[in-house]
Amino acid sequence: MKIHEYQGKEILKKFGVPVPRGQVAFTVDEAVAVAKLVGGDVWVVKAQIHAGGRGKGGGVKLARSIDEVRQRAGEILGMRLVTHQTGPEGRIVKRLLIEQGMNIARELYVGITLDRDRSQNVVMVSTEGGMEIEKVAEETPEKILKEAIAPGIGLQAFQARNLCFGLGLKGDAFKNGVKFLLSLAKAYEATDASLAEINPLVVTKEGDVLALDAKMNFDDNALYRHPELAELRDLDEEDPLEVEASTSNLNYIKLDGNVGCMVNGAGLAMGTMDIIKLAGGMPANFLDVGGGANAKTVEAGFKIILKDPHVKAILINIFGGIVRCDRVATGVVEAAKNVHVKVPIVVRLAGTNADIAADILKNSGLSFLVAGSLKEAAQKVTQAIAA
Amino acid sequence: MSILVSKRTRVAVQGITGGEGTFHTMQMIEYGTNVVAGITPGKGGTSYKGDETNAFKRPVPVFNTVREAVEQEGADTSIIFVPAAAAADAILEAANAGIKLVVCITEGIPSSDMIKVYDQLKKTGTRLIGPNCPGIITPGEAKIGIMPGFIHKPGRVGVVSRSGTLTYEAVWQLTERGIGQSTCIGIGGDPVIGTRFIDAIKLFSEDKNTDGIIMIGEIGGSAEEEAADYIARHVRKPVVGFIAGQTAPPGRRMGHAGAIISGGKGTAAEKMKVMKEAGIFVVESPALLGETMAKALRSKKGAKSKSPKKSATKSAGKKKRTVKAKPTKKKR
Repeated sequence: MKIHEYQGKEILKKFGVPVPRGQVAFTVDEAVAVAKLVGGDVWVVKAQIHAGGRGKGGGVKLARSIDEVRQRAGEILGMRLVTHQTGPEGRIVKRLLIEQGMNIARELYVGITLDRDRSQNVVMVSTEGGMEIEKVAEETPEKILKEAIAPGIGLQAFQARNLCFGLGLKGDAFKNGVKFLLSLAKAYEATDASLAEINPLVVTKEGDVLALDAKMNFDDNALYRHPELAELRDLDEEDPLEVEASTSNLNYIKLDGNVGCMVNGAGLAMGTMDIIKLAGGMPANFLDVGGGANAKTVEAGFKIILKDPHVKAILINIFGGIVRCDRVATGVVEAAKNVHVKVPIVVRLAGTNADIAADILKNSGLSFLVAGSLKEAAQKVTQAIAA
Repeated sequence: MSILVSKRTRVAVQGITGGEGTFHTMQMIEYGTNVVAGITPGKGGTSYKGDETNAFKRPVPVFNTVREAVEQEGADTSIIFVPAAAAADAILEAANAGIKLVVCITEGIPSSDMIKVYDQLKKTGTRLIGPNCPGIITPGEAKIGIMPGFIHKPGRVGVVSRSGTLTYEAVWQLTERGIGQSTCIGIGGDPVIGTRFIDAIKLFSEDKNTDGIIMIGEIGGSAEEEAADYIARHVRKPVVGFIAGQTAPPGRRMGHAGAIISGGKGTAAEKMKVMKEAGIFVVESPALLGETMAKALRSKKGAKSKSPKKSATKSAGKKKRTVKAKPTKKKR
């Protein structure tokens, strides 16, 4: 789960990670009030959306007076912010973070995430603050320093010192840097985060070390033990169809193609999307109906797929193991009748009772394109989108 | 004629009296799996015969702890059907009791729990399959998992996969062609898992009764690249591979917790390229897994030679072995 920068900073603050003074604002007036509260003579007005690249897209502006805060906040609130992570449709900005301006001496990078090769969390730092870490990894991998967090005992002080020496920190900045890393690692582990990325991490001319930005993602599987984090979910940042699907317990992801699909199992669902592409179409979605495909889930699936106007055909691919294909077929027939599907439906049911299922589909009075094998399913999809 | 599990495997079911545990224990017993014990804390000393809709062919003794199941019934393998919040504890209990192989079916275990479990298992030497996986089956001998038994057929092809239903698909394509399987392992779709591709492939490679290997990966991580590197160096059996998610968008989690392209890494294209360079027969469509393996096995037989090593080096695909696979090890 993703959260906003200002929410991430509030969490970090609780764990003793220094962040600039600031607060969220939902209106221009609130932005002005926050600026006055924060004080100082320079402020930063930052758009809050779940995507990176906000600065380049014009969503982060400096203000040198309260009037300017009002002006900038007015410009950014409500704008359609397009960044390399939002896609061309962008996101409407509904929240701002108003922060004090910093006297920046250096911009660094720190990130904590799971290293899948080691099956351990790892702290990474780099002197290249503000740059994307993927780019640094590719071009100058020697500039990234890492320390793995030993399971159960957490990041140790010597590891934090290694990293801070590596960053060339000295004096107060060094001491503050060590403290920063230890607190950040604590926050990461205590919240079951999957990513804590501070880019840039700034060192001020006064020797303070602060999180100028904060990106925190959390492990969805651990949210059950963090109800306070689960509440931070912002449905405005998610696709409305995906939100609707999740309420029906369907695992749905909207894509840009023309062939909808409904499959049991995530791997087979991805494989089915690949088959659609090889057949000359493009998948309109990922949809895993899970182990219990029945009339209700299939109907919910149809409804969601058909809300996408680009869908020209639907491919249903179910491998019945424990799930019986005849039951799925009955569900498909019922659902297709209830929902009045107008686009061609290719159905491929394999496994338990697949032959009975084929008969049910044939005798339904509906014009399904029934396929026996995956290969045949692909051919029928090609036919369906050509028609 | 298999790896890890056989008729002799003595299985304990952790969470046997729960809904999933009951249903699948019935199915496993019906398949012929040697289920010797069940564990449900608080129900020790009883004997469990399933419920009304899922009656077992024979009763199974229930214990409070895994240790008792090991000591009294000689259990050497366990399968876990407990909820996600209790699953890490169940794995550690099994390892602590001396279980050699733990199969964890449970989906949705927090990564932080699995990181600790993984670290502990390195010390006990216990092998874990999963979590979030369909389990393991040696056709005709033992089914320790939730896969449909009837699609399998005893034989000589090993299957290893991160996905459940996509594995069934591959197995079915083999069985329909009369090609049986030595053992099929679902290693699971999570980012932290016990047995990785490379571990399963090592076992298949060393197994005298496995002639070919199907490897089904998906986007995310670099376990496929790691395995491809090993295959290029050590495996002298045909390997057929597929990567699901060629059309998956970056940054989105495709159902499985581990199926995500992050920072441009872990794409299907990258994995397929590395696998091809390692001499693996990579198919673009999962519909071609069965027939590609059939072809690979035929051409292997065609290359006749007295020494099995030599015949392997002559078999199709091996000429590509001269190409050194160098999977990118640069990681974030």
